[in-house]
Amino acid sequence: MSKVEKDVLSRTDLEGLVDDRDQQIAELKARLAEWEESYDGIARRDVLFSTVSGREVKPLYTELDHASDDDSVGYPGMYPFTRGPYATMYRTRLWTMRQFAGFATAEETNERYKYLLAHGQTGLSVAFDFPTLMGYDSDHDRSLGEVGVCGVAISSLADMERLFEGIPLDQVSVSMTINGPAIILFCFYVAAAERQGVDVSVLRGTVQNDILKEYQAQHAWIYPPEPALRCIVDMFEWCSEHTPKYNPISISGYHIREAGATAAEELAFTLRNGFEYVERGIARGLDVDSFAPRLSFFFDVHNDFFEEIAKLRAARRIWARGMKEKYGARNPDSWRLRTHCQTAGVTLVAQQPENNIVRVAYQAMAAALGGTQSLHTNSMDETLALPTEKSVRIALRTQQVLAYESGVANTIDPLAGSHYVEALTDDIERDALALFEEIDEMGGVVPGIEQGWFQQEIANSAMRQQREVESAERVVVGVNHFTEGSGDIEIETLRIDPEVEQRQVAKMAEMRSERDDTVVTSTLAALTEACRADENVVPYILDCARAYCTLFEIRAAMEEVFGSYKEPVFF
Amino acid sequence: MSDERKIRVLVAKPGLDGHDRGAKVIASAFRDAGFEVVYTGLHQTPEMIVNAAVQEDVDVVAMSVLSGAHMTLFPRVKGLLDEAGADHMLLTGGGIIPEDDVDELEKRGVGRLFGPGTSTSDAIAYVNEWFATTHAN
Amino acid sequence: MTPSTLSSEHEALLERFKDGRVLGLARAISVVENERAGFQELLHTVMASGPQAKRVGFTGPPGAGKSSLVAAVATEYRRLEEHLGVVAVDPTSPYSGGALLGDRIRMNDISMDPGIFIRSMATRGSLGGLAATTKEVVDLMDAFGFDRVLVETVGVGQTELEVTAAADTVVVVLVPESGDAIQAMKAGLMEIADIFVVNKADRPGAPRLVKELRQALHLRTGSALKDIPAHHGVDLGQVMKKERSTSPSAEKPEGWSVPVLTTNALTNDGVETLLETIQEHRSWLEQGGELERRRRARAEIRIRDVVNREMRRIAWSSADARALLARGVDDIADGEGTPYSAAEAILGALLR
Ligand SMILES: Nc1nc2c(ncn2[C@@H]2O[C@H](COP(=O)(O)OP(=O)(O)OP(=O)(O)O)[C@@H](O)[C@H]2O)c(=O)[nH]1
Ligand SMILES: [Mg+2]
Repeated sequence: MSKVEKDVLSRTDLEGLVDDRDQQIAELKARLAEWEESYDGIARRDVLFSTVSGREVKPLYTELDHASDDDSVGYPGMYPFTRGPYATMYRTRLWTMRQFAGFATAEETNERYKYLLAHGQTGLSVAFDFPTLMGYDSDHDRSLGEVGVCGVAISSLADMERLFEGIPLDQVSVSMTINGPAIILFCFYVAAAERQGVDVSVLRGTVQNDILKEYQAQHAWIYPPEPALRCIVDMFEWCSEHTPKYNPISISGYHIREAGATAAEELAFTLRNGFEYVERGIARGLDVDSFAPRLSFFFDVHNDFFEEIAKLRAARRIWARGMKEKYGARNPDSWRLRTHCQTAGVTLVAQQPENNIVRVAYQAMAAALGGTQSLHTNSMDETLALPTEKSVRIALRTQQVLAYESGVANTIDPLAGSHYVEALTDDIERDALALFEEIDEMGGVVPGIEQGWFQQEIANSAMRQQREVESAERVVVGVNHFTEGSGDIEIETLRIDPEVEQRQVAKMAEMRSERDDTVVTSTLAALTEACRADENVVPYILDCARAYCTLFEIRAAMEEVFGSYKEPVFF
Repeated sequence: MSDERKIRVLVAKPGLDGHDRGAKVIASAFRDAGFEVVYTGLHQTPEMIVNAAVQEDVDVVAMSVLSGAHMTLFPRVKGLLDEAGADHMLLTGGGIIPEDDVDELEKRGVGRLFGPGTSTSDAIAYVNEWFATTHAN
Repeated sequence: MTPSTLSSEHEALLERFKDGRVLGLARAISVVENERAGFQELLHTVMASGPQAKRVGFTGPPGAGKSSLVAAVATEYRRLEEHLGVVAVDPTSPYSGGALLGDRIRMNDISMDPGIFIRSMATRGSLGGLAATTKEVVDLMDAFGFDRVLVETVGVGQTELEVTAAADTVVVVLVPESGDAIQAMKAGLMEIADIFVVNKADRPGAPRLVKELRQALHLRTGSALKDIPAHHGVDLGQVMKKERSTSPSAEKPEGWSVPVLTTNALTNDGVETLLETIQEHRSWLEQGGELERRRRARAEIRIRDVVNREMRRIAWSSADARALLARGVDDIADGEGTPYSAAEAILGALLR
């Protein structure tokens, strides 16, 4: 029954309806009891009937298990957005198929990007190598052996220019997975667009820039929380003015989940982190509606099909309610949770790796049914080595089959009204709100990180899952059951030529010799000063980028003021 | 005088990748198996690892490498261990390591390497066996 | 035990130890820690020259920041070009007998300094906050030639106060979260602290804890001095009396009044002051003869320890004793004896 209908009903009509409802419920309960009786009499399989997150699942759900009404489910594109952030969803635009890619040098990755674009991929996603993720140049001591291995090495604007050579940055949206030094890579990106002659105000894309989850799960940090959060708010401020279509953050549950959290923990920690960023922005004096519409999210889609769909639906509802009711946002765009999803890397196994294609496909379907805005599908050989071109193509094709053949994109939120999915959505929301309370009791996210609470929760959940798998209670096909054929792994893998490192180091030397050292020194000094003076650092980093200061030089210039983060270790 | 000699293991996380789930799971499992585990924390250089291994006089160095840099890191740590006179220590580990590389590393004196999804009990059994055979006297 | 004979293996080890090779020290520690055959001879040989190093103990509740503070303090001492040994103790799991030794993680910044040697130890069932052989490991480090040895105990609750037997100066590290001064008193920390440090001074509640501690300490040194249990086995009242009688000058050190400092181990705030205070305590120890007293008290403990351990070993390596033990167990089961009758039989056999 819609709201409008409700309004025109008279009071007596309403009372009559309530009586009817009571009677209906009584009938339902009676029939359910009848069914339960027949259920109880029959033997069941001896397996875990719980989600991978350890959530008990009942044998049957009915409308008694959820309170789906207009206020909580509603319509797509309408508050609280449970059924999707947009009114038309995939009827207007399919999710963006965005495969995370990057390896070796900028040139080689550039070629891969062009290949992906030619094969119908609709957005780019940059994977950086570990040195870059940690703010080290390719020629730094600590980078030894890791240059270009797990992603592309970008140590200065020169590399960024090469990365997008021939790819017009005003036409593709580019997502960059980087956190600790995110603000620096973002400035390289803006400067590269400038060099292409692009008006930076049209830039579309996302930088992950979610430092809180780094402390909680992923561990690619540089600075301590307070200065790191300050840089993020600097980005909010600068981007809302200069690059209004660019998402200055992608608040990420992915890594929290991959580190072992449950679905509810992933949801709660991510959203609570999101609210933390909102609070920081407001504390800076920014109007919440000036930056909140550009906050974007990133979730994991794990094995449990329905739970993952419910998680995405609950995420939108919690975010919308919090933004509207707690933080007073008035622009509906601030309430709308838009998210990227990636299939769960941790669910892939080395045994019979081709089976991973199937895992990825189911996970991808959950993401689509959950209403994601973009999706990365993992490659089957990721647990063995870096993915080959072929396995990357299969992963992309998986999305295309899903989008064009399976029919899931035909109608919006097709699982709404499913007793199970609605009940799960309610349950996960409730769990998340309970976790919010626990976090608040600790004094918020940063104290929780300092006390190791998040780390501990995640570790405990990881241990539980590990035990379930090791005891073979939780079936993992090819690992603890159905293992025949698990021994022989015949799969081609991609290898990074060790010469990549030498080539990259040589290029850095060349770049260093060509740049104007006096500008390098002066822009770096100005940056350090700005850090000290509490000014917005983005314009200063941009100046450094334009002067071809390297990643590590810029990192160090800021570190002088900010200090470095010391890892608290918890088991 | 003491009942039985404790096995000391250094669990190390070399390189720049921050995925320490595997390292922590194995460190906890080793502790639960009765080993004394020194955990180094993240982002260790090979030099730091060998330095810690020597000072702590461990029996086993177990490294978790997920970054793809195993062909650099394992031989480097092995070389430094030998140089430091600690060639009696077992260098083992785990991570995303292709079969060919495992063979190659074994040839260079590295012990068994465990892939993702290996049960922790396999690793424990391996260390126990290695210890029993090398310290049988 | 015949303290003069070393096995050839240990001879070789000793050679490396004396050459100042880190591997030699590391292996010697293992020999001692595992009480491997001949470890006492080894200790006897290297300890001939007596204690030289300054020994500073750090104790306090779990997570107070002991390791972080040791790292910060060590960094400062390195600036002064002191060579340092660090022993950090973490608990053994009573369930598995295994241990996770995590103190080293906090010391990563200093670990590559060749002037610092860090060793982690598990308690292995010992309850005093140290492992049974920690004191001996400190001796080894001393003998190896370090100027100073820093000892970190496990995170202590109550009465785990053995650190006094391993250190000349005991720094008790507390944090606002660890409770109030009353708890510190109850835990016996007042008696063992030479210096109190309130770490995590960046956290709310630090000033309050400092104030409480000062008040509690004031109470102790003020009115109730005579009734206070001995400080390191030293009666403060006695020390002060002695000082007064031998040195009428008011400038001379009297009893040590325990200072309460604040630090932030992550930013090094207050660490310099801590170093100065440790130095002041050292001077006090040396000038007042207190160091001598403490070393003597420690020597006594050590002798007793060695004798106890040796007696135990002798007792249970005797076949007679083991047979009598088995018989005693049978007797008790049959209702024909008690633990006391069995013990008497065993001791009788041993002393015969
Ligand atoms: N805010 C703050 N945190 C600190 C300070 N000192 C240490 N910590 C943090 O407190 C946690 C515990 O520090 P540790 O140095 O491991 O403490 P500990 O007393 O050695 O702990 P145990 O050996 O486990 O008993 C770590 O996360 C440190 O980073 C401080 O002064 N301020
Ligand atoms: Mg500690």
